[in-house]
Amino acid sequence: MTKSIMIVGVGGQGSLLASTLLGKLLVTEGYDVKVSEVHGMSQRGGSVVTYVRYGDKVYAPIVEKGDADCIISFEKLEAARWVQYLKKGGVIITNTQQIDPMPVVIGATEYPSEILSELSEKVTVDALDALSLAEEAGSSKAVNIVLMGRLARQLDIPYEKWEDALRLVVKPKFIDINLKAFALGYNYSE
Amino acid sequence: MKELLIGNAAVARGLYEAGCSIVSSYPGTPSTEITEFAAKYDDIYCEWAPNEKVAMEVAFGASVRGKRTCCCMKHVGLNVAADPLFTLSYTGVNGGLVICVADDPGMHSSQNEQDSRHYAQASKVPMLEPSDSKEALEFTKLAFELSEEFDTPVFIRMCTRVAHSQSIVETSERVLPEDKPYEKNPQKFIMVPANAKLRHPVVEQRTLDLTAYAETAEINREEYADSEFGIITSGTCYQYVKEVFGESVSVLKLGMVNPMPVERIRNFADKVKKVYIVEELDGIIETHVKNLGIECTGKEMFTNIGELSQLSVATAFGMDMPEFASVDTNVPGRPPVMCAGCPHRGMYYTLAKNKITVLGDIGCYTLGAMPPPNALDTTLCMGASVSGLHGYNKAGGKDTEGKTVCVIGDSTFMHSGITGLVNISYNASNSTVIILDNSITGMTGHQQNPTTGYNIKGDPAAKIDLETLCKAVGINRVRVVDPYDLAQCDAVLKEELSAQEPSVIISRRPCVLLKSVKLKPALTVCKEDCKSCKMCMKLGCPAISMHEGKADIDATLCVGCGVCTQLCKFDAIKDGGEC
Ligand SMILES: Cc1ncc(C[n+]2csc(CCOP(=O)(O)OP(=O)(O)O)c2C)c(N)n1
Repeated sequence: MTKSIMIVGVGGQGSLLASTLLGKLLVTEGYDVKVSEVHGMSQRGGSVVTYVRYGDKVYAPIVEKGDADCIISFEKLEAARWVQYLKKGGVIITNTQQIDPMPVVIGATEYPSEILSELSEKVTVDALDALSLAEEAGSSKAVNIVLMGRLARQLDIPYEKWEDALRLVVKPKFIDINLKAFALGYNYSE
Repeated sequence: MKELLIGNAAVARGLYEAGCSIVSSYPGTPSTEITEFAAKYDDIYCEWAPNEKVAMEVAFGASVRGKRTCCCMKHVGLNVAADPLFTLSYTGVNGGLVICVADDPGMHSSQNEQDSRHYAQASKVPMLEPSDSKEALEFTKLAFELSEEFDTPVFIRMCTRVAHSQSIVETSERVLPEDKPYEKNPQKFIMVPANAKLRHPVVEQRTLDLTAYAETAEINREEYADSEFGIITSGTCYQYVKEVFGESVSVLKLGMVNPMPVERIRNFADKVKKVYIVEELDGIIETHVKNLGIECTGKEMFTNIGELSQLSVATAFGMDMPEFASVDTNVPGRPPVMCAGCPHRGMYYTLAKNKITVLGDIGCYTLGAMPPPNALDTTLCMGASVSGLHGYNKAGGKDTEGKTVCVIGDSTFMHSGITGLVNISYNASNSTVIILDNSITGMTGHQQNPTTGYNIKGDPAAKIDLETLCKAVGINRVRVVDPYDLAQCDAVLKEELSAQEPSVIISRRPCVLLKSVKLKPALTVCKEDCKSCKMCMKLGCPAISMHEGKADIDATLCVGCGVCTQLCKFDAIKDGGEC
């Protein structure tokens, strides 16, 4: 069976490192893997999405509506934007951070403040303040790794394997911060 | 070795393994990374050409001299290179010549979604279409062999989902082809009528030969299963078909989409009761199959607009939509925006404030069309701002000259803006051209260009001086402004618009995302001084928002450019520590 994961967020939040980490890990675990992202225009603060699919044999590189086993969202509005892609019974892991999109900034529309509670009524949501945890780990840039730590709870891959993969994709200078961020995400409880 | 590579990196690996030694390209999503990855191999000479026509002609020259060569571009880039393409088809090659063209169905990053297969057919050049990274690598190598065997340029057609999806490839060593010295051959390489007349029948025969090749070629593949119906498909659509039907349906996968086989399609159709065609964009396979007198269903079931997917294939075949949840709340859109500190912003603010009509072009600065500043009136294709402005002013005369400008980026100006400026000068329109010079090709992810002073490897290179260039084509009034200085922008804009001759304003500041740019500390709003007038909000800076009635600056985004400070009449915006 092919499993589908989506990583969604705002351009510039570091989803590329997250998908690289996941891709490397799944390949070493012996899966067939496809990772798909759109480059270009969407990088400039727009909504961004990465699809990761793995299994014995993966065909389609993209995830469609009702197909994702897990959606990892770097921002809560983005979780709501992509919820249609979640499979029945799937899980959304989301950062509770709020980043106002331009239509909200200029006052053309409002940020739906109750969006997380509405989401929680409809699907399983695992929400955490990944920004604070990243800062606790030593860098606000480690939000992506905190969320990957959280994702590790959903996948059947040993913790040490994640650490090994992290060492492959993160510069040695930053590895301690990232290992810590990963652990904080993994161990977080309300 | 097994590796996870995006399709574009796999093409680059294919170039390397095939012994390709010269690559000349112009960036364009989703093709850019092919050349960026190729440039990482020291054995391949790579360059960013000023535009796609130049790139293809460089490849032509390299091929004539006997080297394996390649040029890469996005689908609309092929329009620019169409002139050399059609005659390159006649000359054929010496060293293998591969043209990688990347289509963008769904227009993730493009101004249209034209289907490059039309070009392959129209120019009579063979086209291979990989469906994943593994094939991207293999087909690239095969393309060089076909190019030399059939004496023709060969297309590799990528699309966004193949170009930007990582999948597993098997890599091998680089094998250098034999050197093919240049031998003078005017009948082949000098395309004057007398010679071209002799070459055209050669091209027609080549298509027949390639069709014969397609009848047995391994890159076209039958996968027989059920005989109820069969699907003819190619590229990423093959993956969607397999995702939906697995091994349960018969498929004819075309790895070569031009020319297409005849007998193999007849045989396939004979073995199944009904034939469906699954292809993105136009019904090109469908037309071919129908022309063979074979009944089939294609575009009646599938749109020719946007991308297909496993879901659109499944629902077209009558399967149910899967269950999914949705929220009732309206989720506001999140369009891309100019970055905090983007040097384009100051000039756009000035244009919007003066209610100027702005003929726009393509680049990060096209984001100036969004509110605020809502400053653009047109965007057509690269270079069209400058030539369009001339036409607009010729039509509008005194009515428009003083209140209309065009904006064009540094890379776009070198690509095809300069010829429009020559026209403004030569055919004398009183036009004001603004070059938004951020010292990089921003939109496509920071490629060097002839105005930056560096080449693709980041080594120092000749730097085209825009001021001298503009003067050389006959523009007397060339002004340089700093877009962080709003008063200067405003004054110079007014002066140049009122001048009775053409002028160029170079709005110059490097892109804030460049590593070489030193950022300043974030600014803050002193709440007690903020009178909530929202002047700073007119900039559309993503770092500024209103919070509890007062302006607020997000310190993680602000790079201290100080443009907002100049707008605040109450001096409420200060350096970080001052409040
Ligand atoms: C014919 C053609 N080739 C390539 C592209 C892709 N493309 C769009 S904008 C752009 C360059 C933008 O650079 P620049 O003009 O310097 O503006 P910036 O993005 O830096 O503001 C490119 C290469 C295109 N749209 N059309």
